[in-house]
Amino acid sequence: MSGALARERPTTAIVIFALLLTAPFWLPYVGGYDALATRVLVFGLAAMGFNMLLGFTGVMSFGHAAYFGLGAYGAGLMLRYVTSSTMLAVVSGTLLGGLAGSLFGTLIVRRRGVYFAMVTIAFGQICYYIAYSWNSFTGGFDGLRGFSRQPIDLGFTSIDIQGNGTAFYYFVLLIFALAAAAMGLILRSPFGRTLLAIRENERRARFLGIPIERHIWMSFSISCFFTALAGALYALLNNFADPLGLHYTLSGEIVIMTVMGGMRAFWGPLIGAAVFVVLEDTISSMTVNWMSFVGIIFILVVLFFPRGLLGMLKRRDAA
Amino acid sequence: MSFLEIRNVTKKFGSLVAVSGVSVTVAPGELRAVIGPNGAGKTTFFNMISGFFPPTSGDILLNGEFITRLPVPDRVARGMARTFQITEIFPELSVRENVRIAVEVAEGMSRHFWCGAAARARVDARVNEIVTQSELMPQAGRLVGELSHGDQRAAEIAMALSLKPKLLLLDEPTAGMGEQETHQVAGLIRRLHRNSGYTIMLVEHDMRVVFNLADRITVLDQGRMLADGTPAEIAANATVQAAYLGNAE
Ligand SMILES: Nc1ncnc2c1ncn2[C@@H]1O[C@H](COP(=O)(O)OP(=O)(O)OP(=O)(O)O)[C@@H](O)[C@H]1O
Ligand SMILES: [Mg+2]
Repeated sequence: MSGALARERPTTAIVIFALLLTAPFWLPYVGGYDALATRVLVFGLAAMGFNMLLGFTGVMSFGHAAYFGLGAYGAGLMLRYVTSSTMLAVVSGTLLGGLAGSLFGTLIVRRRGVYFAMVTIAFGQICYYIAYSWNSFTGGFDGLRGFSRQPIDLGFTSIDIQGNGTAFYYFVLLIFALAAAAMGLILRSPFGRTLLAIRENERRARFLGIPIERHIWMSFSISCFFTALAGALYALLNNFADPLGLHYTLSGEIVIMTVMGGMRAFWGPLIGAAVFVVLEDTISSMTVNWMSFVGIIFILVVLFFPRGLLGMLKRRDAA
Repeated sequence: MSFLEIRNVTKKFGSLVAVSGVSVTVAPGELRAVIGPNGAGKTTFFNMISGFFPPTSGDILLNGEFITRLPVPDRVARGMARTFQITEIFPELSVRENVRIAVEVAEGMSRHFWCGAAARARVDARVNEIVTQSELMPQAGRLVGELSHGDQRAAEIAMALSLKPKLLLLDEPTAGMGEQETHQVAGLIRRLHRNSGYTIMLVEHDMRVVFNLADRITVLDQGRMLADGTPAEIAANATVQAAYLGNAE
């Protein structure tokens, strides 16, 4: 009806959710397992959050690992030192990463292009360095251990997401679905359209009276919150928070997933994350140089399907 | 009473004086043309009025209020809208989406995360009205980037109109257009001026368009104001003849 997302046909979402809902049943037949599917959801969420900024606002960050990592440490530290509530840990991690992004965002929204990307890297590396050096609190280079996700207490019953990997997968899927719905609603709203306007033509957007800096800041902050949420879930998945989760190599991987899957397509980053995670899982058992394979595939996709894997599928059935 | 008053504005880029001590007063409902050879400072003049950058010195008043250094969104809120010498649109969005974004900003919805049914109906109606008015209905669902040059221009003007402006600034609205398209856009501007009463300031190279449409004409040359008057006065002005009109195409 309206909004560029209207061209996104609902069949894509239906197919994706049908696959995700049934994943624990068919995965074993293709050599997959629950934790792998959970990783896909986690990185898919991180990349979709990132893509609010890159794909739908047209602003590049090379430092989204910072918010992912802060989300992970936030959740891990809460479980380790403060609470046994898994939900509270998730909320805390999300707030830590999201608020850090919002604060940092106020300082950088006037930067554009390469300068913006550079300062985002710098901030990520600062976070990495802190987590790396603060041995007593964060576990330093070895990462933060000594916590584990706790059963979800619903009052009348409690769900064991620790011992039961399938239950945990569905727990993450539920959160993923809610987050995706929230992102979809934001992008279809009048505010979301101002982001598309900024992406399409910043000058035109400015002279329509849109306060560009404020809207980029809002998009950046929202994007950080979703990526931090993914990071918090990642800490739960591994019962571990890793300083490498803050490192710029992960930021680069998030960019790769997003661009490979298709940054103009709402579900593109999820597809990119799935391809990336599955490649990592299969190739890394054969060679330590698995990243060069991913690199080659990435280059091929960018050269031959500049709109990403999902973009290519759409183009084909439109033709 | 004056609607837009420009007092002695100067803009320097380093040692280059792009606009030098220009003063212009525009009455409400007036259509003012700004003409001058390439590099005369016309776009720079527009950029100062619309808030792209502030003047090096001088003042700009809208409705008696000093707006010299006001940020762009505040100028838009006071009724200013502009188009650009090189068309600025949202190429990968449809005509309707282009207009919708402008309408939603005008409705004060640009930071709304939700659009209720009533608001949506109001916006839809307004979008349809503007698309129809701009004669873009047949192309409404197409990406603006795929349209002809003339239709892209019409879409850009439609977006500016969505803001319900009191002052419309058009920088070379017929630049790069053929006979047919120039005629189409000139007709649109005439209707906006005569029927809808907009105050319009436009830069234009096509002298037929200028002398047909303008109430008053300001002539710039190398940053200075050469003349200011009615079309008849400008046509009869010897300095302008010598400097500009004589060797115009
Ligand atoms: N942002 C800028 N930085 C530096 N110089 C500029 C800038 N904008 C314009 N100029 C210079 O100021 C002078 C006036 O340019 P301007 O674009 O205002 O002329 P114009 O009358 O619009 O010309 P045209 O008819 O070609 O559009 C030119 O010499 C131009 O190179
Ligand atoms: Mg110009």
